[in-house]
Amino acid sequence: MSFVLVQVIVGGLLLGAVYALFSSGLTLVWGMMNIVNFAHGDFVMLGMYVAYVVYTLFGGGPIFGAPLATLVLATLGVVVYFGLIRGIMKGPMLAQILGTFGLALLLRYSVFWWFGANFLSLPQDIVGGTYAFAGLRVEASRLLAGIVALLVTLALHLLLTRSSLGSKMLAVAEDATAAQLMGIRPDTMQAIAWAIAAGATGLAGALIANFFYIVPTVGETLAIVAFVTVSLGGFGSVPGALVAGLLIGVIESLSGYLIGAVYKDIVVYLLFLFFLWFRPQGLMGKS
Amino acid sequence: MKLKHVTGLLSAAAMSIALAGAAVAQDKVVKIGAILPMSGGTASIGAHAKAAIEVALDIINNAHPELGKLPLAKNAGLAGLGGAKVEVIFADNQGSPATGQNQALRLITEEKVAAILGAYQSGITLTSSAIAEKYGIPYLTPESVAANLTERGFKWFFRTTPIAPDFVRIYDEFLTDMKAAGGKTDSIALVHDNTEYGTSVANTIAAGFKEKGRTNVIDVAYPVNATDLQAQVLQLKEKKPDVLLMISYTSDAILFAKTMQSQDYKPPILLADDAGYSDPSFIKAVGKISQGVFNRSAWAVGPAGSPSAIVADMYKKKSGEEMEDTVGREMQGFFVLVDAIDRAGSTDPAKIQAALKATDLKPDQLIMGYKGVKFDDKGQNVLASAYIIQLQDGENYVSVWPKANAEKPPMLPYKGW
Repeated sequence: MSFVLVQVIVGGLLLGAVYALFSSGLTLVWGMMNIVNFAHGDFVMLGMYVAYVVYTLFGGGPIFGAPLATLVLATLGVVVYFGLIRGIMKGPMLAQILGTFGLALLLRYSVFWWFGANFLSLPQDIVGGTYAFAGLRVEASRLLAGIVALLVTLALHLLLTRSSLGSKMLAVAEDATAAQLMGIRPDTMQAIAWAIAAGATGLAGALIANFFYIVPTVGETLAIVAFVTVSLGGFGSVPGALVAGLLIGVIESLSGYLIGAVYKDIVVYLLFLFFLWFRPQGLMGKS
Repeated sequence: MKLKHVTGLLSAAAMSIALAGAAVAQDKVVKIGAILPMSGGTASIGAHAKAAIEVALDIINNAHPELGKLPLAKNAGLAGLGGAKVEVIFADNQGSPATGQNQALRLITEEKVAAILGAYQSGITLTSSAIAEKYGIPYLTPESVAANLTERGFKWFFRTTPIAPDFVRIYDEFLTDMKAAGGKTDSIALVHDNTEYGTSVANTIAAGFKEKGRTNVIDVAYPVNATDLQAQVLQLKEKKPDVLLMISYTSDAILFAKTMQSQDYKPPILLADDAGYSDPSFIKAVGKISQGVFNRSAWAVGPAGSPSAIVADMYKKKSGEEMEDTVGREMQGFFVLVDAIDRAGSTDPAKIQAALKATDLKPDQLIMGYKGVKFDDKGQNVLASAYIIQLQDGENYVSVWPKANAEKPPMLPYKGW
């Protein structure tokens, strides 16, 4: 019994790391621009499809797929920023929400049209199968995603707090007009933020593709968790998203195992609302 | 001169009447609405079902004498309506019962369809058929299996597919035979999602098994389109049931297969209740790690040159996929509905309803392995039945039970990967 519980917790931590990886790009855009990117889940979906296309064309694992997905999505991030976000940021709040929502549908149905509605999947053992430590079973692909989630979180955190680029980005986030007076171009900074956020999201998609199914609507399935992770972690806080992701993963796994899977979401969201009642800024958000 | 003139006029008049007659026959179109999941988590099945209906349309609207006794195949269009063509208006239910209901309303009030076919997910068939009932439009479901659909006292609702009480009998007899063949079948876990389909089929099977003396049954429910199923697989691994009966759509079926492999869990018998396990994209995605899974199906391709083999070929050309049970049931239901309209000789809803009630199709008039099509007072096809098939090599299902229909003997225990 207790041994199975350990397995459940380990599984929950790995799942949580995936949630964190999934959410890091969302929290960055949110923190930088106060924009809720409803197309976030579909960015992850595109990352998964890039990994799939790379695999079918060239074979090989995420060594090729992941960097390419990062690059493709980072480019898309810049295009989306100049083509859509810069315009709608001047509009009313509703235009911002519906703008990214429209983008989400555009991306989803473009993929429907091109790839069809079929479920796709990468071979299960593309990243070294499953490790067994003293009876404890850990999928290599999930472990890889977990490690990368930690690294991405660390890198984004260092970038925002220790580099001059990060300081400039934060300056723009704080007060774009003042930053402009200091010689920082808000447009460039925000385009960079979109490139980094979308790139991280593409990377997440490429890694999740190693153990999840790939389908045009997969973003829908995963996006709700990302929004919850980001608001629990604190809007705009990258380390907050990591901690929140891990917490949600473990709570989901434990309640799914102990109480039953159909009730696990009730437990997760009840705790989530309860927590926000006391701390609306989230775990690590600024009050 | 005068006579010539009259003859000329007469022949011109005759020609124009003939032409007008032909034009009327050609212009006459019977519109049927089809509500399907074209987007959302089950969109792959919706796309396949659409292709299947389009193949059926080709068979109905063009002459296909090679298809033998299949109704509507021999001549082009509907003979009962002067060669009228059939047109299908496809409507996306988006995987949502509310959207399905709106689509039914739109099809009836704006598209003025003669009848509706739908809607794959039982929960959506439930809501959309209520609209058809209200407007008095015939509604046929080829594939929704939740038992309560035909227990509502509806007058305009018909169902061709076998349903949960049929599955109880089929699974019970199958498991009895597997036990006789040396398999372990004493404890059973019903693994199902929380949709109308998942819960109602699980409940009917649990109750039916109890009546048949199978009391060692546990229930494992999970939310549809789950992000993670490790906790459920670990629960099952701990409880060690002899038989896993999976009642799941494609997305969760794939995630279960992947998680079972990573947790190294294999039940002695893995039996699937159609749905996701019949989706060709399930086989392509995880067939190789699901070798030996049993599945329910009423589809068998039959010998080369047989109508079912020709239809399977046409479907493959259209969709690029192998024909399977779900699309076969879809196509069969559509044929039954159009056959009734043809016999009604009219698009008047009451006449179509009467023709549906009088339906009496024999096995050699069907593409599916039903014992026929004949509706009871509730609108349920009392001659529906199914076989058990098995994914022995991880690539193609073969029929393994009952023995009379078996291509190969069943393989035990579940192999997995």
